[in-house]
Amino acid sequence: MSDWKKICALTDIPQLGSRVVKSEEHGDIAIFRTSEDEIFAVHDKCPHKQGPLSQGIVHGRQVTCPLHSWKINLDSGEAQAPDAGCTKSFAAKLENGEVWLSI
Amino acid sequence: MDKLKLVLVGNGMAGVRTLEELRKIAPDMYDITVFGAEPHPNYNRIMLSPVLAGEMSIQDIILNDLGWYKDNGINLITSRKIVKINRKARKVFAEDGSEAEYDRLLLATGSNPFILPVPGKDLPGVIAYRDIADTDAMIEAARQYKHAVVVGAGLLGLEAANGLILRGMSVTVVHLGEWIMERQLDRTAANMMQKALEARGMQFRLAAHTAELVQGESGRVCALKLKSGETLPADLVVMAAGIRPNTALAESAGIHCNRGIVVNDTMQTFDPRIYAVGECANHRGIAYGLVAPLFEQAKVAANHLAMYGIGRYQGSVTSTKLKVTGIDVFSAGDFSGGEGTEDIVLSDPSAGVYKRVVVKDDRIIGAVAYGDTADGSWYFQMLKDGQNIADIRDHLLFGKSHLGDAGHKGQNQAASLPDTAEICGCNGVCKGTIVKAIKENGLFTLDDVRKHTKASSSCGSCTGLVEQIIASTVGGAYTPADSNNKAVCGCTEHSHGEVRKAIREQHLIDIPSVMRTLDWKTPNGCASCRPALNYYLISTWPHEAKDDAQSRFINERAHANIQKDGTYSVVPRMLGGLTTPDELRAIADAADKFKVPTVKVTGGQRIDLLGVKKDDLPRIWADLSKAGMVSGHAYGKSIRTVKTCVGAEHCRFGTQRSMDMGVKLEKMLFGMYSPHKVKLAVSGCPRNCAEAGIKDVGVIGVDSGYELYVAGNGGIKTEVAQFFCKVKTDEEVMEYSAAFLQLYREEGYYLERTVHYVQRVGLEYVKSKVVEDAANRKALAERLIYALQDYKDPWFERSTLAEQGTLRAAYEDITV
Ligand code: SRM
Ligand SMILES: Cc1cc2nc3c(=O)[nH]c(=O)nc-3n(C[C@H](O)[C@H](O)[C@H](O)COP(=O)(O)OP(=O)(O)OC[C@H]3O[C@@H](n4cnc5c(N)ncnc54)[C@H](O)[C@@H]3O)c2cc1C
Ligand code: SF4
Ligand code: FES
Repeated sequence: MSDWKKICALTDIPQLGSRVVKSEEHGDIAIFRTSEDEIFAVHDKCPHKQGPLSQGIVHGRQVTCPLHSWKINLDSGEAQAPDAGCTKSFAAKLENGEVWLSI
Repeated sequence: MDKLKLVLVGNGMAGVRTLEELRKIAPDMYDITVFGAEPHPNYNRIMLSPVLAGEMSIQDIILNDLGWYKDNGINLITSRKIVKINRKARKVFAEDGSEAEYDRLLLATGSNPFILPVPGKDLPGVIAYRDIADTDAMIEAARQYKHAVVVGAGLLGLEAANGLILRGMSVTVVHLGEWIMERQLDRTAANMMQKALEARGMQFRLAAHTAELVQGESGRVCALKLKSGETLPADLVVMAAGIRPNTALAESAGIHCNRGIVVNDTMQTFDPRIYAVGECANHRGIAYGLVAPLFEQAKVAANHLAMYGIGRYQGSVTSTKLKVTGIDVFSAGDFSGGEGTEDIVLSDPSAGVYKRVVVKDDRIIGAVAYGDTADGSWYFQMLKDGQNIADIRDHLLFGKSHLGDAGHKGQNQAASLPDTAEICGCNGVCKGTIVKAIKENGLFTLDDVRKHTKASSSCGSCTGLVEQIIASTVGGAYTPADSNNKAVCGCTEHSHGEVRKAIREQHLIDIPSVMRTLDWKTPNGCASCRPALNYYLISTWPHEAKDDAQSRFINERAHANIQKDGTYSVVPRMLGGLTTPDELRAIADAADKFKVPTVKVTGGQRIDLLGVKKDDLPRIWADLSKAGMVSGHAYGKSIRTVKTCVGAEHCRFGTQRSMDMGVKLEKMLFGMYSPHKVKLAVSGCPRNCAEAGIKDVGVIGVDSGYELYVAGNGGIKTEVAQFFCKVKTDEEVMEYSAAFLQLYREEGYYLERTVHYVQRVGLEYVKSKVVEDAANRKALAERLIYALQDYKDPWFERSTLAEQGTLRAAYEDITV
């Protein structure tokens, strides 16, 4: 069963930026903060060649992978067409300025 | 709120393309109804030729199948011709009496083939070549009959004739002009091409007037009579003598037409609710008959239908290629000659090669190539860009080998490469994959092909080759992007030049205000435009615009190069390639302490520590800083290295102290960000051991001083640096180099290296600003020095911040 874990304060993640959460069980998870202060979390592995998505440029609700520029939708983990592939996404939420992750 | 109603009349290439563009930017604004006279969904009309030639099937050329209309909520009504528009009631009426209301109406009725007004023109067996029905009729005729005559030796006529020959008919082409394709080709190229077509069995009657079509016993046409008295047997007559914009509907509604529905630069007709695109439209006096312009029109029309109100269509320059497999001809622009024009011609009839470039005021205004069309897209690009060719005139006809990619130079034409040929070395994409993607997905532009296949999307060296493959697959439908006016990315209509100008003239100092002022289409841009904007801001307003880390590519954000496994590499600066035992010891200690798996000497005369974990970065930098070392910016669009040779300090041939000169230059440029990376080299004598001939700025010591070279490039495509000027003193070397680089920093487009910048603006221009204008040179150099003053080593800054714990968010992970 997954349960909610408190991760960090919203301000610990830069706007249009991300942090990596290391989890024994799930490996690296990238948490993103958009310009609207929405929070998303996906597996920190690009469906293309496992690039670290956390290191990409965030725009809208997408991140561009730093290795070969696939665009990954943060809400679903899906690559933007015509590329095809999906990375696992995790539920994340913001409560009273704190970021929570369901793992 | 109810959605607005948009009605499209004409379910063809231009109309549906407009809907596609509209869907991208305003998917929910309209309820859309489409009326098409043909019974088919939108198909790729230009591919009717390969269908006729038996190379493709109708199924292959469908661009938008019925599912597409459905998925996008578009109400498609096929086999329904609109015959009346009531502009007051804002309704259109179909033949069968059905009607539809509109708030906006888009006319894309295409054109009608011109049918010669001769006796017998209505006989069975006399057809035009325009749609699937015509193509089917030709295929059917070829099954039953022997003789065909095609009227008109333009692109369409020749493609029809070629297809009919391949289907077993005996074909004569009757042409009014003195040579074939006289609108696209000059006489010499036309003659060569005619010979090649004759060798395939095509027969010609040139300067021939059709008098009448004769009816046979069956009631079907049986012959074509020429004014000369000659009679040609003909069971099938294909009229390909030109097209006329289809304006009947618009005219009947009182919309101003004059050889086309007259539109303004927003593709709006004289009725503001009605737009027109495609072959039916007359824009600034021209009704285009090729698809490339229609796509540009579609984009603009969509922009205005979406009420963005910023796109403008300003006309197109077109080029053509004949889609007859095995015959290579390319033509673009104006080559009728005329005052002030010069011809540069290469003619080698026995090899079957002919090239002619028409030049006016040092710019290409027309180009024809037959046999070897490899450089067609290069000529066309220069023509569109209005590039000054004075410097490259001498080798213009021998080709650019824009192609790149070792092994494909010039002689190999894209068309003749086998499907298995690897085109894109970075992404391993073969020709067959590209051709298939173009055909199956109906792609027309380099961008589309990059998106679908990844070909040429990495290092870009195969761009020329990919462009050729597109051109040879889609014929004249291909337009290279206009490199001067190309939009920065999909987030905006504006070009790099326009963005730079707005930032400067309107004193914009942050990304949100640029996006607001220039109507960016996305809330925070993308990974292409944000880094560009960030650079433009900090280079235009140094010390004023604030650097935005989130708009930098990871390497520049982390101040280290990301590796394929997510680790980083660390390259400390070694000014001029010089180091000391202490520095080497510090590097060795750091490598030990942080368990660096690989230590390598780089091609830039310094040492690379590869495979460092991200959270170790601030600590390894702290150690290197303590030993007096600073960032080498091996990761930045910035000053990289100044390579030097040993020079007069030690070398028996050295004329100048190159190490010293190099160190001074590298110190001066420390912290310089630029549109792309910048590399310099200083050699102590013309033996040039520092390879100054392929650097952005190359300095070569000679007895009397230094020779300066600029705009060399040793990367993807090696470009030799061009001689810039000669100077006497070290101070002059610094001032001229700084001024040249500052000009590039102020005017270059993001990701344009000096070689491309200088190609774009011309070396003469750069010299006029730097070499010939002493006051301007000084001012430029001062602006550079001002921009760089107080620059702090980013590694030192980050290692101290890390000690205080304030950088955690950038370099440390969270553990749960
Ligand atoms: C480390 C080094 C290779 C080496 O081990 O020698 C290197 C490594 C990379 N080069 Fe290079 N280049 C290195 C010298 C060169 C040179 C030689 C030189 O500088 O004299 C060239 C040709 C000269 C030139 O640039 O004109 C060179 C032409 C390129 C290019 C093609 C640039 C072009 O305009 O054509 C790229 C791609 C790009 O920048 O877009 C590139 C890109 C790269 C990148 C940064 C790829 C990337 O974006 O991640 C490589 C990082 C590898 C990594 O995993 O860390 N590298 N690269 C060299 C570092 C020199 C240094 O001390 O800073
Ligand atoms: C065989 C062939 C080969 C070609 N090869 C090339 C090439 O290599 N390169 C190139 O650039 N161009 C080529 N072209 C030209 C290119 O196909 C046209 O420029 C392009 O299709 C024009 O698009 P359009 O939307 O303006 O017109 P169309 O694609 O013709 O679409 C107009 C549509 O409107 C429909 N219509 C008209 N009136 C009405 C009405 N009142 N009510 C409902 N529907 C109506 C028509 O039936 C038609 O389907 C070729 C054309 C042909 C025929
Ligand atoms: S270091 Fe340079 S040449 Fe080598 S693989 Fe990387 S980009 Fe290519
Ligand atoms: S690994 Fe992400 S795009 Fe290649």
